Amino acid sequence: MSLFANTTVLLGKELRTEFRSRELLTTTIVFILIVLVLFSFTFDPLSEEARRFGAGLLWLAFLFAASLMLQPCFLREQTNDTLSALRLSVSDPFVIFLAKLTANTLFLLLTELLLLPIFAIMYNVRVLPVFHWLVLVFFLGSLGVSIAGTALSAISAQARMRELLLPLLLLPLLTPILIASTELTSALLDRSPYVQWKGVGFLVAFDVVFLTALWLFGEYLLEE
Amino acid sequence: MWKRGLVGAVVLSLVGAAAYASFFIAPTERTMGLIQKIFYFHAASAWAGMTAFSVCFVANLLYVWRRQPKWDSLGVSAAEVGLAFITIVLITGPIWAKPVWGIYWTWDARLTSTFVLWLLYISYLLLRTLVEEPDRRALLSALFGIFAFLDVPLVFGAIRWWRTQHPAPVIMGGPGSGLEPTMRAVFFFSVLALHALMVFLIVERYGLEKLRMELDDLRREAEVA
Amino acid sequence: MIPAAVRSTSIRFEDIDKRYGGLYALRRVSLEVAAGECVVLAGRNGSGKTTLLRIAARLVRPSAGKISFAALGTNEHVAPTSVGFVAHATMAYDDLTAEENLLLFARLQGIARPVQLVEELLREVGLFDRRDSLVRTFSRGMRQRVAIARALLNAPGVLLLDEPATGLDPQGTAWLVETLRRMRDAGCTIVMSLHGESEISALATRAIRLDAGAIVADTRAGADVRSILAFADA
Repeated sequence: MSLFANTTVLLGKELRTEFRSRELLTTTIVFILIVLVLFSFTFDPLSEEARRFGAGLLWLAFLFAASLMLQPCFLREQTNDTLSALRLSVSDPFVIFLAKLTANTLFLLLTELLLLPIFAIMYNVRVLPVFHWLVLVFFLGSLGVSIAGTALSAISAQARMRELLLPLLLLPLLTPILIASTELTSALLDRSPYVQWKGVGFLVAFDVVFLTALWLFGEYLLEE
Repeated sequence: MWKRGLVGAVVLSLVGAAAYASFFIAPTERTMGLIQKIFYFHAASAWAGMTAFSVCFVANLLYVWRRQPKWDSLGVSAAEVGLAFITIVLITGPIWAKPVWGIYWTWDARLTSTFVLWLLYISYLLLRTLVEEPDRRALLSALFGIFAFLDVPLVFGAIRWWRTQHPAPVIMGGPGSGLEPTMRAVFFFSVLALHALMVFLIVERYGLEKLRMELDDLRREAEVA
Repeated sequence: MIPAAVRSTSIRFEDIDKRYGGLYALRRVSLEVAAGECVVLAGRNGSGKTTLLRIAARLVRPSAGKISFAALGTNEHVAPTSVGFVAHATMAYDDLTAEENLLLFARLQGIARPVQLVEELLREVGLFDRRDSLVRTFSRGMRQRVAIARALLNAPGVLLLDEPATGLDPQGTAWLVETLRRMRDAGCTIVMSLHGESEISALATRAIRLDAGAIVADTRAGADVRSILAFADA
């Protein structure tokens, strides 16, 4: 079966499972909200500085949320050893990663877009005029987070203290995403918004590098 | 046995010679004075650290490809030694910064990137402590090591591109950027000396790792029997 | 469904080693399972039965050695998806229904007309009435049926089962015996690990005993079936 067809089938399963229970989505959204509110207690949210810090706080919140949301990714495949069933059924182990990282990107993107209006209200920033650009930045950033996060989640699922291990491995690795995405978002939320194409290129580069690495080494991540 | 001692002595004297050269041969820098001399060890350590991490990366790739335990041993040895050198970089940076800029940590782009690098390889070592079975541990840490190393240029790139917008004091311009010839010579000699130290430490650590593995194997066999 | 004809496949294990750290789970295991044979693997816990089966299923990579398959009458190397594997675990998603699970795996394997096949299989294993129930609600016996249905999706030439009768009630065991008999008679090569003598072991055409990762007895080499199976629980 072709890579694309297989991935679509598995992606369908990932989406169906999540939308049936919505447990990942709801907990992630609530977590990000909590983080945003808590952050607001540490400075004056309506000041001029808040506008500049806002983008950074938003992305920090996304990263923290992602490092929690990505844990069940491979852990839940251990329950009934469904990972073995998948490995036996797909033609290429990369399909498993591709489907999961696509699903994770979509989940992250969905939570981010749902939270955007709330963020805009809380921190008094104008998002509507640059909305489509924000979607692009959120997408590229979330893709990077998902690619790295899905790969590392496969690693942490096989280790002890996995709940703490995934953030430990993932967060330093995602430093480039944090920096680039924050800068891009900050530029878009500025009083005179603009698109930092350098940043877009950088995010694309990150995504390509790690997707390639995952493609090359993915099957070893699943080995027994 | 005595051969190792001899090599160790040679390496240490090289390092000692480099220290001597930094203090007595290299001219004192005009504006910063004596404290600038820490640059020779600071920058040379950074280079040695990066070389060690490159060795780790190659070892990781070789392990994933060949699955021979020796590559895993080399990987962890190189990572630990690299981490030691990077720690020196992170300590000497603030020591230099305080008298010159008045503050210990200036969020200089290179130093900040180095800090992230340090965190990545600490995570690599932490991961290893959390996986019991040796082959699994070797494979998983090799894979993480590969991802981490691929991330390094991206980290340095991102920080240099965007964090240097903020006027942060640059810690000692890069080597060769306006280094007077004698200084340059002393610098490269320091690099050589520290690389020799790096190789020596990796070899020693590698030997230690092999012993540790043998011990573990014996222990496991004893448990089963 | 339980197909009239199956691509009977032989398995060859050549000098298989599996090491975990310094310990050998399998040590220089060489074995030839002829197409259509029904083999029982007996041995204590930790003797290497599960490891050997998982290596055959291509889930575990051997530290050394080679495994190959050949469809009967040819030297053709058979793709892994023609191997059916049933383990202790259900290998199906709790949060999906029986039908959804089977459809998922059928589609992943590129099976033509999956809906039709899945319906037939569900009927065969007696789960058609519960096809819309989440696997989470299934009893151990029903889970086993789902597992077997999943293994049979691709009309495999080889069926590998790791202690399939564990936790089954007499009814479940009888059903399992019947299903395996039909697969065997259709030409499917079966290798299963068991804990001891039972109705299932009676299906076997050959018995092999593993101990500490090595083959210590084989009925093909003239060993006695009873003795191989009798010590299994020790």
